[in-house]
Amino acid sequence: MNFEIMVRGVTSIALKDIKVYYKKAPVFIFGLILPTFLFFAFFMGRQLDLGTYYPGFLAMALFFTASSVGPLITPWEKQAGTFERLLTLPVSIPVLVLGDTLAGAGFGMIITAIVFVAGLFIAPFEIGLIGLLALPMLFALGNLCFSALGVLISSPAGPVPSNVMMLSSLIRFPLIFISGIFVPLVDMTGAFRMVTLASPLTYLVDGFNHALMDQGVLPLALDISVLLVFTIIFLLGANHILKNKALKGL
Amino acid sequence: MSAIEAKNLTKRFGTFVAVDDISFDIPKGQFFGLLGPNGAGKTTIIRMLTGVLRPEEGKVSIMGVDMDRDPLRAKSSLGVIPEVGNVYPDLSARENLEMFGRFYGLSRRARAERASALLEELGLEGRADERIKRFSKGMKQRVSIGCAIIHEPKVLFLDEPTEGLDVQSRRMIVDRVNKMNRAGSTIVLTTHNIEEANQLCDRVCIINCGKVVALDTPERLRSTFEGARSVEVTFDWPVECSAFSDKCITKVEERGNKMRFYTSDPDEAIRKIIAVRDEKGLTILELNTLAPSLEDVFVKLTEVTR
Repeated sequence: MNFEIMVRGVTSIALKDIKVYYKKAPVFIFGLILPTFLFFAFFMGRQLDLGTYYPGFLAMALFFTASSVGPLITPWEKQAGTFERLLTLPVSIPVLVLGDTLAGAGFGMIITAIVFVAGLFIAPFEIGLIGLLALPMLFALGNLCFSALGVLISSPAGPVPSNVMMLSSLIRFPLIFISGIFVPLVDMTGAFRMVTLASPLTYLVDGFNHALMDQGVLPLALDISVLLVFTIIFLLGANHILKNKALKGL
Repeated sequence: MSAIEAKNLTKRFGTFVAVDDISFDIPKGQFFGLLGPNGAGKTTIIRMLTGVLRPEEGKVSIMGVDMDRDPLRAKSSLGVIPEVGNVYPDLSARENLEMFGRFYGLSRRARAERASALLEELGLEGRADERIKRFSKGMKQRVSIGCAIIHEPKVLFLDEPTEGLDVQSRRMIVDRVNKMNRAGSTIVLTTHNIEEANQLCDRVCIINCGKVVALDTPERLRSTFEGARSVEVTFDWPVECSAFSDKCITKVEERGNKMRFYTSDPDEAIRKIIAVRDEKGLTILELNTLAPSLEDVFVKLTEVTR
């Protein structure tokens, strides 16, 4: 009975987020325009091998889109006065966190699917059987992981969306520079390599390198496992913080 | 089984005790009023009763389901109408209603049917598919009410639902809530409007400084304050309040051209007033004896403990 109410709560929250937040300007700016701009800034006018960098770009697109919805939801709901009302519905904080994560992951999935299909025409992918099996897992886990990161970022928020968007940029921007997107992981050594391994995005980039180009540096199983661990950490962290900060600003 | 059971509820914020060991039962079908001055702890109590806030001590049951042990099932019986029409401005009235219905497990068909019926009942059928961004406050509040009752809740909480609304919207809300109460729903109303509580509520709980200071029917509460009975008189000529000083009159107030004499013995007070009239050569234009109002009770109770 409760499991049924929980599942219903998660899907209802996700559907509500899709209807209300997918069309918000910050989601377009931070989720679509920014990664496109970064792609062009990096590739235009340079003779770079698209095959080498495309997995990184795909990971970056996924990272930005999946993590763009989550930071917006809680502060926006608190500002509109709908957050407290949500808490009176048959939902709990874990249900809220899962629903918001699912909505963010859905947005990431749609956009990265488009980017991936476009890549099939412009990048020389070498997708083998293992890659074919790993890709759906990487897409699903990557989207859930970074969507959960977005929800985690917004979990301590009050009713001011702009504050959270600023915090979100502060966290997300450094990650794309230390995750093997612009400098391939294989070229990184020493302390920089250690920093890179602390970023969850590194494992997605490496996973895509395995799946699309058969050129990963770390074992594919490790990439998938670490993404799974980060997803769990982000979900538990968001749940813990939101439980303590749910009434902040109300 | 009570509709709502609150046992020894306590909530602190740091060292401040917002709610201090409060208990009450609300039987099924009762219209229950929660009154108190600003900062008395009403919002904290409502938040604990609706599962938004977890009490540090004590427990809440809704329709026999423990809020702490099984919050999802306990909250399934609730509907909440907040003070402000907190609905999603980017969605239409119909989308808002159907979305709330989904949270309560209504089928797609039931959601569509109930949303249409409610939109008609709330006078919104003409603008059902417009985004509610540009709706007036009263219209938003009507959508908000629809969202709270689309699943026909057994227990309905109203947090100052008519605050700042025009007369038509206020009447519509009061009529709809009364209709639900007659159909068996338990209603919990928090309001600053004492007259509204007096008219609507079967039982009233007055809260002050986080404690229950009175809990009874409005009639019984009024009757316990016999000292707050009064005689209201209009004379043909202004007269000093000090002329009426007597042990049977506890207080004299001037209200426009009327004078109100508070007393525990109206008969004695009227004799004194007549004596002053004769002495000063005045004429009485109007004389009424008044029982204490719920507002008098409220003021007295919250003054004593503040």
